[in-house]
Amino acid sequence: MATTTLTKAPRGYDPAAATPFLEQFDRVRDGLPGGGLSWLNDLRAQGRARFAELGLPTVKNESWRYTNLRALDKLAFQPAAGTGEAVRFDVLPTVRADGATGPRLVFVDGRFRAELSSTAGLPAGVELLNLADALTRKPDLVAEHLGRIAAPDDQTLVALNTAFLADGPVLHVPRGVTVEETIELVFVSVGSEAQPTAFHPRGLIVAEADSRAVIVEHHVGLGSCTTLSNGVTEVFVGAGASVHHYKVQREHTDSFHLSHTAAKVAGKGVYDNFILTIGAKLSRNEVNSVLDGEEGDTHVSGAYMVRGGQHVDTTTFIDHAKPCCTSREVYKGVIDDQARAVFQGKIIVRPNAQKTDGYQQNRALLLSDTAEIDAKPELEIYADDVKCSHGATVGELDDDQLFYLRARGIDKDTARGLLIGAFLSEALEEIAEESVRDAFQSYVANWQNAR
Amino acid sequence: MIEIKNLHATVDGKEILKGIDLTIGPGEVHAIMGPNGSGKSTLSYVLAGRDGYEVTEGSVSFFGKDLLEMEPEERAAAGLFLAFQYPVEIPGVANTTFLKSALNAIRKKRGEPELDAMQFLKLVREKTKALSMTDEMLKRAVNVGFSGGEKKRNETLQMAVLQPKFAILDETDSGLDIDALKIVAEGVNALRSPERSMLVITHYQRLLDYIVPDHVHVLAFGKIQRSGGKELALELEKNGYAEFGVNEAA
Repeated sequence: MATTTLTKAPRGYDPAAATPFLEQFDRVRDGLPGGGLSWLNDLRAQGRARFAELGLPTVKNESWRYTNLRALDKLAFQPAAGTGEAVRFDVLPTVRADGATGPRLVFVDGRFRAELSSTAGLPAGVELLNLADALTRKPDLVAEHLGRIAAPDDQTLVALNTAFLADGPVLHVPRGVTVEETIELVFVSVGSEAQPTAFHPRGLIVAEADSRAVIVEHHVGLGSCTTLSNGVTEVFVGAGASVHHYKVQREHTDSFHLSHTAAKVAGKGVYDNFILTIGAKLSRNEVNSVLDGEEGDTHVSGAYMVRGGQHVDTTTFIDHAKPCCTSREVYKGVIDDQARAVFQGKIIVRPNAQKTDGYQQNRALLLSDTAEIDAKPELEIYADDVKCSHGATVGELDDDQLFYLRARGIDKDTARGLLIGAFLSEALEEIAEESVRDAFQSYVANWQNAR
Repeated sequence: MIEIKNLHATVDGKEILKGIDLTIGPGEVHAIMGPNGSGKSTLSYVLAGRDGYEVTEGSVSFFGKDLLEMEPEERAAAGLFLAFQYPVEIPGVANTTFLKSALNAIRKKRGEPELDAMQFLKLVREKTKALSMTDEMLKRAVNVGFSGGEKKRNETLQMAVLQPKFAILDETDSGLDIDALKIVAEGVNALRSPERSMLVITHYQRLLDYIVPDHVHVLAFGKIQRSGGKELALELEKNGYAEFGVNEAA
């Protein structure tokens, strides 16, 4: 009897889209760092298997309803060929004062550039290095943490990242240590004229109990080659530790930027995440923060400014797993031309997570008739003694305010700029570090001037 | 200085101004009094250039130029100032930032050098003191959390900083108690000069006890019904607007 095997893909995924990525993986597999570590090979194999099974998400997938990745399989991205390695830089982005230096790791097309990086200014015991080196120098630290919070089995893009994982930043702050200097992580996309290029940076931040660190990620593009950055970062916040994690993405508008940040916060720990999105043709930032110990605190906020045909997606998940934790989310965005923004914010309060205090606010300003925002707040509350609120607003520039400014002699464009800046400043106020806030403010101002 | 001829204007297709004629010379203070709905605020918005107010007939000449052709910011640079009846709150924009942007925008358009932060601060401190305003009010967002009196003082401060040639005071007395009214009136009177003209729009005569006009006009049904000296205001206070066919419950 003849049998027919039907492979049925899970709903909302397109397994066929995995094929080009898998072929590339099988070509580069032997050259990936840490090939001698069996646990790592297993982890990559898991990632490959899961990605092969799922492929890319489609718009039938509830979590990807508003963000279509179909452009990715049309472009047939190749792994970074190392062309970025020869690129020289006169100046790299920083939030520091002119001429000041400090701890910094630089990655070009996903690969570490040691000669541009520095660990100067770090207290004794703090490790700041790239993952490829950490696999040799700190294999136990990596083995203990990598893939523990961002597991490949549930997220297909995490699985893809895990299959290819090769390099990225690793930070370890020992118990009780405060890193005074801001740590900067610079990611430059260069790509290649020959074909679209993909890279999958993998970051690991481990802050032991009662430690403190401030991290700023810069994502910028050089030239105009099509690139795909599919990054994953895992953040372990120990008991009483605090991690301030800021990111600004200013890639050019031919790039695709996908990123998944997963944090786990122990008791009385603080995880503070802020993302400013200005660049990329299509970007999606997923931020997951699990409050895994009592009296933990997480702030997950951001601002975005998009125009032209840009698409920006912010998808957050805050998991109140333990009692007496607080979470706060403030997202504000400005959307011009035909650009489109997506905000999906899920908060779950587990049955035992009493005395939870959760706050979510998402506001968008539409500057044109063709700009669009799709917002989906989701609160799932299973505990009864909980304070949770959320709000979403969509608006346009206020005509009364605009006229008031113009009636005082301020021209229309400047008046619009003042009002847009005022609108976004409420989100930027969420950035606790002044130097970072000031630098991010200036990126906002530059965006407006480039109109 | 300003010459309004046969001005007709509509809002949402409805004619509100039905042929206003008014000429104001240098240094003159004119008051326009009228009942609610007579077109007082419409006149001030038309002169300041607000969207949605369509001029269907007539002309306004400002220092020999066609005012109606200018953008609101150009009118401000040319020396026109509207003190709003309801000053607008602008969260996120500090009062000083707003004042400095306005002053430098106007100076730039007039071909004067912009003031730096120190020069500006010196100027604005001097003006705030005269209006019993605090530094704290300058740091706050524009009009946010200001009381009615503070908002009107803030309008007067803007006028003092921008030094217009022609100021329209739209119901400046509304929402003010007598003490606040006195402070604002003092601020306005300090700005009276042979070169600066004013148009004071009000429903009640009370304000005109403090800002004494040279001429008073009665506006009703979109037209100036009668003009006279300051004694006309007192007469209106006594008899109301009934003789102009307006039936107002006091």
